[in-house]
Amino acid sequence: MSWKQADWSGWGRALTASGQLARPERQSTLAALMRDTPAPAIGGCRSYGDACLNDGGRAVRTTRLDRVLSIDPEAATVTVEAGVTLGDLTRLLAPRGLLPAVLPGTGFATVGGAIAMDVHGKNHHHAGSFGQHVLSLRLLTPGGPVEVTPGSDLFAATVGGLGQTGIIAEATLRVLKCKGDVMVVTERRVPGWNDFLAALDGSEASYCVGWIDATATGDRLGRGILEEGETGAGLIPPPGRARSVPFDAPAAALSPPVVRAFNAAYYNRVPRGGRTVVRRIGEYFFPLDRIHDWNRLYGKRGFHQFQCVVPVAAAPALRRILERIAHSGLASPLAVLKRMGPGRAGHLSFPMEGYTLACDFRNTPDAVALIETLEDATQDAGGRIYLAKDALATGAAVRSMYPDHGAWLREVERVDPEGTMTTDLVRRLGLRNAA
Amino acid sequence: MSDTWILLGATSSMARAMARELAGAGATLILAGRDMDDLRATAADCTARGAVSARAMRFDARDPESFQPIIDATDGDDTVNCAVFVGSMPPQDRIDADPSLIDGVVMDSFTGPARFLQMLAPRIEANGAGTIVGVGSVAGDRGRLGNYVYGAAKAGFATYLSGLRNRLTRAGGHVVTVKPGFVDTAMTWGIEGMFLVAPPEAVARSILRAVDRKRDVIYTPFFWRFIMAIIRAIPERVFKKLSI
Repeated sequence: MSWKQADWSGWGRALTASGQLARPERQSTLAALMRDTPAPAIGGCRSYGDACLNDGGRAVRTTRLDRVLSIDPEAATVTVEAGVTLGDLTRLLAPRGLLPAVLPGTGFATVGGAIAMDVHGKNHHHAGSFGQHVLSLRLLTPGGPVEVTPGSDLFAATVGGLGQTGIIAEATLRVLKCKGDVMVVTERRVPGWNDFLAALDGSEASYCVGWIDATATGDRLGRGILEEGETGAGLIPPPGRARSVPFDAPAAALSPPVVRAFNAAYYNRVPRGGRTVVRRIGEYFFPLDRIHDWNRLYGKRGFHQFQCVVPVAAAPALRRILERIAHSGLASPLAVLKRMGPGRAGHLSFPMEGYTLACDFRNTPDAVALIETLEDATQDAGGRIYLAKDALATGAAVRSMYPDHGAWLREVERVDPEGTMTTDLVRRLGLRNAA
Repeated sequence: MSDTWILLGATSSMARAMARELAGAGATLILAGRDMDDLRATAADCTARGAVSARAMRFDARDPESFQPIIDATDGDDTVNCAVFVGSMPPQDRIDADPSLIDGVVMDSFTGPARFLQMLAPRIEANGAGTIVGVGSVAGDRGRLGNYVYGAAKAGFATYLSGLRNRLTRAGGHVVTVKPGFVDTAMTWGIEGMFLVAPPEAVARSILRAVDRKRDVIYTPFFWRFIMAIIRAIPERVFKKLSI
């Protein structure tokens, strides 16, 4: 069995791990590996914090197990190896009039990772979470392979379960039959916070997301752009070459004046009266994927993303969170506000009915201190933070945000009593300890 | 009628990458190797990616009985092409301890695939078309301390391909010899001293470019041509004392 000593990090690059990596190319190799030296899976490493890290330990990279095993256009289902990326799957399905039912903001995430994090997309208010479209899984637990289907305890502990029940080898997903291969997108300026909530609540579009100017304060607090999208048929030129960020940017690249100027320009780019544009599917769902390694724009020290969701009734608390971000002057241009539905598929799934806010911060002591206060505010508001993004939270707070933690832990301890699937995130938050 | 491609050793990641490229271009694929479950998964993947058809067939370089059924499966196809990715490289110290391992290395890397190609050659001559891609290794350019049995087998295969090229060119066929440097595969994963490691997708694309342009011998990535030119130029008197 081939293990390689390697250093790696999550997408935020603020935390790193040094350990042994395997990267099996065949299912038989993966199965043998789980029998002999069970270790947690990592995929595209697009979670921001330490969910994909196992410092001083082992991890199994699934990216070479990325084959599409069947596509059934009639039944609208696909079976894939878990290392296939969502971008690849989207490209293969599009010509057949199919679309993954839920897509997060990057196509470089794998299906296995999307399940383990129970990710959501711009259609969460209608379609629910990724895990709700999983029809079955072939899971390699430390005790052996198991077929897992919705409704079982093991399913609820695996979907959104941070990889603690084993390695997902294959998954069968329900996909959407969609009209075509482009997105028709309507963009509208929203002048402030109250208007934004009203716009999100009132939107009837299939896909809906808000970009928010997290540097605007006063009357402009919460201003941004509402993007509503529908799938459509049409022709559009193929995408240009992806570009990449070849070096770590200096700190000044994302200093407050630069971000404020960028955000103002970005806001004003959309005409006062709004506009409707046609976008490629990939460009709409994965807007940042065209710039490879964009995380390097935050410099060598990396960055953090804070993402929380709060119940509808706690909207005023979310406004206070945004106020705190805006006044700190630490925010980057990447800030997103979305309406979330109740859909979730696992005990540790992030979604809850309400509003979710995400914002990136360059990794500085001030930002770390700010994020800690934001997490406290989220907890007080009855909300929760997203473990796919988190690198800073404390265990007690997270366990109180996830009331089903006990049910998850019982099942995880049943299938992995030795704790071989433990990752840095799970250790940091003490998730394998009883509350 | 689309082109038929037989890929021998189709479980390797280089072959898988090439199969995906060919699938995207609408080829008919025969994926041959020993791990049938893995081949069936790749065949399904190739079908999803646009192959006219893709089937898994058993090929074992050490079992010539497995050869004919593969050739028979291409009966009636207009253009039959074949790419050879098979080969085995046990650590040299294991061969030193058990010299009988040499037979297997030579069969996997040279005589097995050569015998198969020998059986396929008349088909290409009859069709008046068809390309053979033989994946050798830069290790075949010079016998080195670390892997000289594998290198010798690959050198033999390269010489065989040269002769086969000479034969098939007259009949409208073509032979491309590919010498990859370090490629990011399961074979090189975790091995010390790897540098300038190329992703298998890049190697697959350069192979197909070489097929299109009817190149005879390619190094991939291209700079290995220069690296190997230097290594070949070292006088034996000096080389015998080096451990590179």
